[in-house]
Amino acid sequence: MTEFYGYERPDRSVGVRNHLLVIAPIDCSFEPARRITDQVENAVAVTQHHGCGVNEMVVNTLIGVGCNPNVAGVLLLGLGCETLTSEILADGIVKTGKPVQTVICQNEGGTLKSIEKGAHILKKMTQQTAETRREPFPLSKLTLAIECGGSDATSGLAANPATGIAADMLIDEGGTVIFSEPQEMTGTQNILAKRAVNEQIAEAIRRMIDHEEQRMKAMGIDSRFITKGNLDGGLTTIEEKSLGAIRKGGTRSIQGVLENNWSRLDKPSHGGLWLQDGTERDIPSVTHMVAAGAQVVAFTTGRGSTTGHAIAPVFKITGNSETYARMTDNMDINAGAVIDGSETLQVVGERIFNTIIEVASGKKTKTEALGYRDFAVFARDRIAEHLLGFC
Amino acid sequence: MKKAIQIDEKDNVATVTSEVPSGETIEVLSPKGVVILKPKAFEIILFGHKIALADLKRGAPIIKYGERIGLASRSIKIGEWVHTHNVESAVVPTSEFKVEDA
Repeated sequence: MTEFYGYERPDRSVGVRNHLLVIAPIDCSFEPARRITDQVENAVAVTQHHGCGVNEMVVNTLIGVGCNPNVAGVLLLGLGCETLTSEILADGIVKTGKPVQTVICQNEGGTLKSIEKGAHILKKMTQQTAETRREPFPLSKLTLAIECGGSDATSGLAANPATGIAADMLIDEGGTVIFSEPQEMTGTQNILAKRAVNEQIAEAIRRMIDHEEQRMKAMGIDSRFITKGNLDGGLTTIEEKSLGAIRKGGTRSIQGVLENNWSRLDKPSHGGLWLQDGTERDIPSVTHMVAAGAQVVAFTTGRGSTTGHAIAPVFKITGNSETYARMTDNMDINAGAVIDGSETLQVVGERIFNTIIEVASGKKTKTEALGYRDFAVFARDRIAEHLLGFC
Repeated sequence: MKKAIQIDEKDNVATVTSEVPSGETIEVLSPKGVVILKPKAFEIILFGHKIALADLKRGAPIIKYGERIGLASRSIKIGEWVHTHNVESAVVPTSEFKVEDA
């Protein structure tokens, strides 16, 4: 039985990092929020750029991120006049039992006073949460998010199938895996629906992909066609292209579609493989899987992506040995040996699985070593969704 | 020797991992790394392209990733290059098929 070493939170969830999170509910108060984190270890500031009105998708995501077990405590740093108030977010996060406090710039009397007060609060929180020690936990407490970006011809051949093997291994030991990017599932409605645990979920999978195809159509893109570059690279059909992308999630049954809309943001209710109705944009996609509870992110790439995440460790897997050698700052695992035939997918898959456990237990990824703090919130255009009949 | 990888044990195509000149023998590796076939290339096969692991009749499913990626639009011989000239998507009818530039 494999275990990982994490930090138990009051709600019994288990963090793999001990971050203190400063959330500016609106970007107007992000700069003081960021400056507070300059003064406190393990503190990170995030915000969103969708305006200060209440967009429930934004609210649900920020609450989800605050509730993520990698976050030990939260400071809300509001401006004061926003409709999306700090109270709305605090109410959603405080249920986890972790410390949540609020500083409002307009009430404190400006930037410097807010920074001073916020820094004091965070320092206290640091001392409070630093007492938490890593302890062993079963993999049923671990949720992995899988993302891909900057793909090339090696992705569907090496990095994605090898990561899929690791996903299967994690699930077989009781773990949870989420993958998203419905735009990359085009043409695989029936293939994925066949793997659903029941007909209701099969229907939800078909609906999610159909909706994504309709959104693309509304933008003037026919999602069923593949590009000349894809064809030259050896991809023959849209099914093949999409299967190469979804193989990164492995081969296990699909437990459900995690909705992310104006009424709710779903989290996996039990172990196994879950799809998220999210976005193909890498950073917001990772944020949304983190909001659904993912603690670790496996990221496959071909040409070489550099992105990380503010609160979840992200490690990179490339099937392109040249990229691995050239971008050694950014690449964690080389799956390229599959291409030259010196290693099997199984062997690389096992290495990825071991890396998931090591990273969950505290090993720093390349993006962490570089201090990356990528964060972006994805929100759909409600008017467009309404016109398409989706809400 | 030139290599091709079978990604799933159910696959009836494998992907070559480097450019294969015409007439060269290809070693096909199963997901567990076992050599399962050594077909000869009938023509040049570029990196990332596929070869057939069995003789396939017209209309037969082309299986990669353990799933159907399309249907044979004509009969295909073992070792033959498998691409748009002998496969069509089951999702996009051939009559509608067009190539869009990236």
